[in-house]
Amino acid sequence: MTTTSIFLCLALLGFGFYLLGRWRAMNASVISGKLHSLPSFHGAYVAMCMFVPVLVVIIAWLLYSGNSVDQQLLNAAPIEIQEAGQLDQTKYLYSIITPAVQGLEVSDSALAAQVTNFQELTKRNKLIRFILILLAAVLGGLWGLLKIKPDFRARNQFESGVKYLLMACSLIAILTTIGIVLSVLFESIRFFNKVPLHEFLFGTQWSPQIAIRADQVGSSGAFGVIPLVTGTLLIATLAMLVAAPIGLMAAIYLSEYASSRVRSVAKPMLEILAGIPTVVYGFFAALTVAPFLRNWGDSVGLTISSESALAAGVVMGVMIIPYVSSLSDDAINAVPNSLREGAYGLGSTKSETIKQVIFPAALPGIVSALLLAVSRAIGETMIVVMAAGLAANLTANPFESVTTITVQIVTLLVGDQEFDSPKTLAAFALGLSLFIVTLCLNIIALRVVRKYRERYD
Amino acid sequence: MIDSTAGKNTNKTLKSFNDILPVEEKTRRLNAQLKKRHRKEMRFQMYGVISLLLGFLFLVVFFNSIISKGYTAFQQTFISLDIEFVEDIVDPKGNRDAKEMLRSDYSKLIKDALKKEFPSVKKRKDRKALNKLISSGAVYKLADLVIESPELIGTTQTLWLASDDEIDLLMKGHIDRNLPESERRVKDNSITWVDELVAQDRVVKRFNHTFFNSGDSREPEQAGIMGAIKGSFYVLLVTILLSFPIGLAAAVYLEEFAPKNRITDVIEVNINNLAAVPSIVYGLLGLAVFINFFGLPRSAAVVGGLVLSLRTLPTIIIASRAAIKAVPPSIRSAALGVGASEMQTVYHHVLPAALPGILTGTIIGMAQALGETAPLLMIGMVAFIVDIPQSAMDPATALPVQIYLWADSPERAFVEKTSAAIMVLLAFLTVMNLFAVYLRKRYERRW
Repeated sequence: MTTTSIFLCLALLGFGFYLLGRWRAMNASVISGKLHSLPSFHGAYVAMCMFVPVLVVIIAWLLYSGNSVDQQLLNAAPIEIQEAGQLDQTKYLYSIITPAVQGLEVSDSALAAQVTNFQELTKRNKLIRFILILLAAVLGGLWGLLKIKPDFRARNQFESGVKYLLMACSLIAILTTIGIVLSVLFESIRFFNKVPLHEFLFGTQWSPQIAIRADQVGSSGAFGVIPLVTGTLLIATLAMLVAAPIGLMAAIYLSEYASSRVRSVAKPMLEILAGIPTVVYGFFAALTVAPFLRNWGDSVGLTISSESALAAGVVMGVMIIPYVSSLSDDAINAVPNSLREGAYGLGSTKSETIKQVIFPAALPGIVSALLLAVSRAIGETMIVVMAAGLAANLTANPFESVTTITVQIVTLLVGDQEFDSPKTLAAFALGLSLFIVTLCLNIIALRVVRKYRERYD
Repeated sequence: MIDSTAGKNTNKTLKSFNDILPVEEKTRRLNAQLKKRHRKEMRFQMYGVISLLLGFLFLVVFFNSIISKGYTAFQQTFISLDIEFVEDIVDPKGNRDAKEMLRSDYSKLIKDALKKEFPSVKKRKDRKALNKLISSGAVYKLADLVIESPELIGTTQTLWLASDDEIDLLMKGHIDRNLPESERRVKDNSITWVDELVAQDRVVKRFNHTFFNSGDSREPEQAGIMGAIKGSFYVLLVTILLSFPIGLAAAVYLEEFAPKNRITDVIEVNINNLAAVPSIVYGLLGLAVFINFFGLPRSAAVVGGLVLSLRTLPTIIIASRAAIKAVPPSIRSAALGVGASEMQTVYHHVLPAALPGILTGTIIGMAQALGETAPLLMIGMVAFIVDIPQSAMDPATALPVQIYLWADSPERAFVEKTSAAIMVLLAFLTVMNLFAVYLRKRYERRW
């Protein structure tokens, strides 16, 4: 029973119960007169009664089976694996059994026997799952059918059920946040058990590659986040140096000077910049901007690394321009016209009005736009992965190569993962720091607007 | 803010000046000041124009760079060779068994054909270089041909075979012939051979079907984007199936039914924050929850779809709420007044009116999801996958991830493939965004 066929089964069953419920309600109305709700609501109610227990069973099954498949595989494994440490078990699970089960390579007969054993286990599991789901569906549906009476308030019941469904959907937003926090938090705690927190926060060395043998050079690995933070800040600063003036001036020009025709052309053009995927910006930064900067540096006698922070920063700045400009545009447009007209009435020019009246009035909105832009620059991944370096240099020179938090997360997690080496876990600790920093910036940005915004009406 | 006392002082001095100065001098000074102020005004306006122009300049440079690098990838160089399908090589046992013929050494046929074409090439090293003119994937074409029509065995056919990627680059002018030989990937003798072939009209550039029809490959001339496009398709399918109904339901609840209390407030703040969480963090969530906890397969499009639906949910919810809010309350009152229930009001009247706005928001969210790369890297959709995925559970890459992978490849020929893939991606995005604009223009109602 594949997942698709189960869903198909359930859909058919649901429709069947809907028809049954409707039919029963119509019969009931024939016998005893008036129904409270339309027959279709009775049908819908019965179908709902069927789906609720099914949903419960599916969720319970998902929670239970995630770990149980691994556990069953291990139970079927040879004794020496069962008694081995967790590292060997994970290795066994992911590099021996799972490929074999997926039919990639079955070399020896003992493994083949295990694979068939496992396949039978999963087959049985799937059968049990199917039976449980079917049982829940039929019982739920029958229960719903039994409740149908002419004066049964099926519509109200059904509508309140739908309301709960809608509420559940809106709770997914909260669940996502909780999921993010928990998923990075748990692995981070495991990481901090291996690497002390102060070493992570204040260490100035970052070299997560841990040698395989203990006697090799650099066997310990160093997890000091400072060079990553400075690298991230350097690139974000460069990006803001590009994005803040250009974005702000573009917003001012578009909202205060430009005719509506210019605006109708220029605004979508700027928005194209926001629509370009970041991986494309990354390609552009790495293959066009970086070589250009390096050649330019050669011609004026500067040594610019081909993975310089400058290339990544400038391109990231361009990416953020539409973000800054559209948010500050909103802030500027929110300033009431009476303020402008008052300033003109006193004889000030347009630019004086903008600088001395509109800009101060729109400042909270502009500051929050800039903060959001900074948070975006810090969390941006693909541009820096493709255009910035991997080596963690502690430098403030934009011509050198630096690395960022997001680059390190990607390099640590792409490729082989071992969920008990600090190397992999470090990615989650970095993710946690990234999440906290961007969250704080967002909250501050919202606060700035709420607290300092002038109300003009 | 201007210091008030300073202001008073300047006023006083001005006044005293005004008293002393003759009228002409006063107007002269005023005019001078006015001129200065107007110059300032002009300058300020110029800054605005310059920043806009900088943005456009970037766009022009950007598109110019991508298109000029990538347009050649839509063509591929083919070389025609007289291939003799020698029976001893193709089917040594003579029983026309497809399985055995698949294993035959077709590269020998190509080598022989090249040997016949260039009989003067004798040295082993040169021979090797000569054989490199033809793509290593050409043998599969020969094998397919023979298995499909075994009557070809024993005949000589003039066939157009894809050239190697280096020769392809040479033909497209991406390799500078004037460079010293040591700095060139294509050596002098290869160039003379190619020129000879060109003189015989045996080289032609044709539309590159491979690029659109095949999956990834280590050999640039055999690499295509079909696998990535299909992967992206499955990812987006899962994304829209999940995020559209859930986002719509959440928006309806928050806008129409939610009581104003702390929980609703928390949900609202949450959604706004989620929209600003870096996408890579969603990738970590996907890795920890969907792959490690629920045990879903790594690299599968379905996990990518799950992660991206969480990523696009805030966008869809925010857009849908705005659209629902724009429906005037009078419509709701009228529906309730004629006896509709709350639920009926929403489903029969509010949602149809808000649907264009909701769909626009959804399409924009999908366009974002199509361009998203970082979360997909986290959940292992970055693997080298040759096969074209046949379902959402198969290992797959997505179009932006393919761009990332190719951009990382050392082969020079992948640069044009990457740019071409970017053009395809941008074309998809343009179509989606134009559709959103059309929906908004055509169906959005203003009350």
